[in-house]
Parts: sequence; C-alpha cells; structure tokens
Amino acid sequence: MSEQVQKESMFSPKNIKLLTDPIGKDNPITVQVLGICSALAVTAKLEPAIVMSISVMFVLGAGNVIISLLRNTIPQRIRIIVQLVIIAALVILVDQVLKAYAYDVSKQLSVFVGLIITNCIIMGRFEAFSMANKPWPSFLDGIGNSIGYGMILVIVAFFRELFGSGTILGWEVFKSIGLYDLGYVNNGFMILPPMALITVGIIIWVQRSRNPELIKE
Amino acid sequence: MQEIFNIFIKSIFIDNMVFAYFLGMCSYIAVSKTVDTSVGLGAAVIFVLGFTVPVNYLLNEYLLEPGALVWLGEEFAEVDLSFLSFIMFIAVIASMVQLVEMVVEKFAPALYASLGIFLPLIAVNCAILGGSLFMQEREYQSLGEATSFALGSGLGFFLAIVGIAAIREKIHYSNVPGPLKGIGITFIITGLMGIAFMSFLGIKL
Repeated sequence: MSEQVQKESMFSPKNIKLLTDPIGKDNPITVQVLGICSALAVTAKLEPAIVMSISVMFVLGAGNVIISLLRNTIPQRIRIIVQLVIIAALVILVDQVLKAYAYDVSKQLSVFVGLIITNCIIMGRFEAFSMANKPWPSFLDGIGNSIGYGMILVIVAFFRELFGSGTILGWEVFKSIGLYDLGYVNNGFMILPPMALITVGIIIWVQRSRNPELIKE
Repeated sequence: MQEIFNIFIKSIFIDNMVFAYFLGMCSYIAVSKTVDTSVGLGAAVIFVLGFTVPVNYLLNEYLLEPGALVWLGEEFAEVDLSFLSFIMFIAVIASMVQLVEMVVEKFAPALYASLGIFLPLIAVNCAILGGSLFMQEREYQSLGEATSFALGSGLGFFLAIVGIAAIREKIHYSNVPGPLKGIGITFIITGLMGIAFMSFLGIKL
C-alpha cells in the first residue's frame, strides 16, 4: 500500500477525479441529496450564498483533514460524537470570524452558520470518505464537494436575486439596462422560500436530462 | 397561557420548520418514500425536540447567556459564554439522543422497534439543532414557551413529512418525466406545499 502511494503523484488522475467528480456527476446537492437545508435557506441573495459556500469549504476541507489524521485513533462506537465536536469547533471559528469581520452577512445568515454543524454533507463526507482515506485525498475530496455545493448555491442565488430583486451582488442590473422603463416589475415570489425548492428542482431536471445515467427508479 | 398556545400554533403552521426554514430537509427527502417510515421519523423528531429544546433552554438561561452566571456570585455577572453555545447544544443533543434511545429501548420496546434506526440518525438532523438555535435567537421568556415551541415545531415537521410521503406514494402511479422522477419532483412538490402553507401567514397571533 505504502509503495503504491509513494509512486502516486499529488495530482494523479485519481486525485483530480476526487476534486472534479463532486462538481458534476456526483454533486452533493443534486445527486447525493445532502446539505439541502442550508443550501435553500441562504440563497435569496448572492452575497450570503457566497459567504456560506466559503464557510462550508473551510469547515469541510479542514475537518476532512483532521478526521483523516485521527481516523485510526477514533473508537468506532463514539465516532459520531468525536466528529460532531470537531465540526462544532471549526464552526465556532467561522462564526466568530464572521461576527468580527462581516457582521451584516452573519446577521443575515442567522442560525444557518450554526447549522453547518448538522450539514449532512460534512457528516456524510466524514463517514464515507475521510474515515477511510489519507489526509491529502481527503482534503481534495472536501474541497471538491464544497465547490460542488457552492456552485449550486451560487446558481440558485444568482437567479433568485436577479429576478427577485433585479440586482446581482447589490448592483442594479435591470435598472441600468432600463428594463423597468419598459414596464418590468420584480418578481417578489422568487425571494420567498418555496421558490428555492422549485429552482433546485429545475436544476436537477436540467442536469438529469443532460446526463441520463443519473436517472434512478 | 395564551402566549404559550400562540407559540405552539405559530410554530406548527406559520414558522413551519420544513416549509419556512428548510430545516431537516435531508431526512425529509431521504425518508419520505413510504408513509410508515415517515410516521416513525416524525414521531422521533417530536420526541427528541421535546427533550432537547427545554434542556438547552435551561443551559442557555443559567450558563451561556451574557450575565447568566449571576447565580454563582456577583463577580460572574460580566461573563459571556455564548460563543460556546454551538458545541454545548450539539453535545446535549448527541447525548440526549443516546439517553432517549436507551430509555425508550428499556421501557417501550414497541415504540423502539417502530422508531428503529431513526433515533440515532436524529442527532444530525438540522431540525433538532435548528430548534435549539431558534430558541436562543428568539429569546423565549419561560421554560413553558420553549417547550411549546419545541413540540409545535416537531408537530410541524411531522405533518410535512407525512404529507409528502403520502403524495410520493400516490405519484408513483403518475407519469412524471424521466429526469424529474425521484428527488426532482419531490423538490417541486415541496415548493408547492410551501406555497400552500404560506396562506397561514395572514394569521395574526
């Protein structure tokens, strides 16, 4: 085993696959159906969605490495509690940093920063990957999955903010191209919670019709 | 008393965990294939929320809040431990789930058999931690209010998951476009159910 690893370069095709798979055909949200709670709740505007993605990337990347380093010392019976404590410690770090440097966004995210702890992507990756793999692949797996997660968040938030408030990151797109003068009115429905679900549903629809091998049942 | 009842109704319908805040979505989608299992999960969520939120309320009140340590003596009035709340809450939830599991197994084997694997899974259900965090954020005034909020939220989750499970059982016989089958249509139906639940928004309590 160790010889094999020595021969393997840090960016071997296998490792690159760990990074790119979750972005497309093994996406945590649309295919593995993990971490939906937070994905839907923070996507009414683009900015909180981006902050949330970066937070999850930090927690998942660092957490995967820590779990992977500890994987041989964690007793099987209490592993869930150990994992939860590690995640909670990382999330407290994120929360305190956000409160110090991005207070407005942290207020908008409200309880959802804390809910990164129970984000199923993180527990899911710990259980499925980093408990059984070395630190470097685990790190790549964590980053890949959080990019896949962040990508869906950004897509959903982009459409919801654009059609719901007519802005992108606070910049008034529709106003500057003069759409309002033509009689366009913002679709307030896009900002409401149910629309997030429907948007994700449509993304899944588009993705699966382009990759028929993902269709189950 | 009326305030407590208002919070109960509000947390079932208006601030529904699933439709208004998307909490517990993962298990909501994963376990809602049949009505039987979703009843089991819903019951377990009510159960665990009903235990953990009051316990976390007491912790928050007497340990974590700014100035909560006054009962130890005047010199502790300045201490603010609220940054520890995530780790305390999740520790309480994980251990309460374990405890509830053991108690239920001992005294109500029939219930234990029907809840089955859902009890341990609940430790990582966002709805449970979300319940505690909302309790902290909304600053409920008494133990009674916190408990009624917990039971109401649990019941709201129960209604949502049983509803979607019933719809999914029926939709099995419908002609859904291939790529939309499974989770795609589930998302869209949940959105539509959310719109229906939004009609409760007009209620003033």
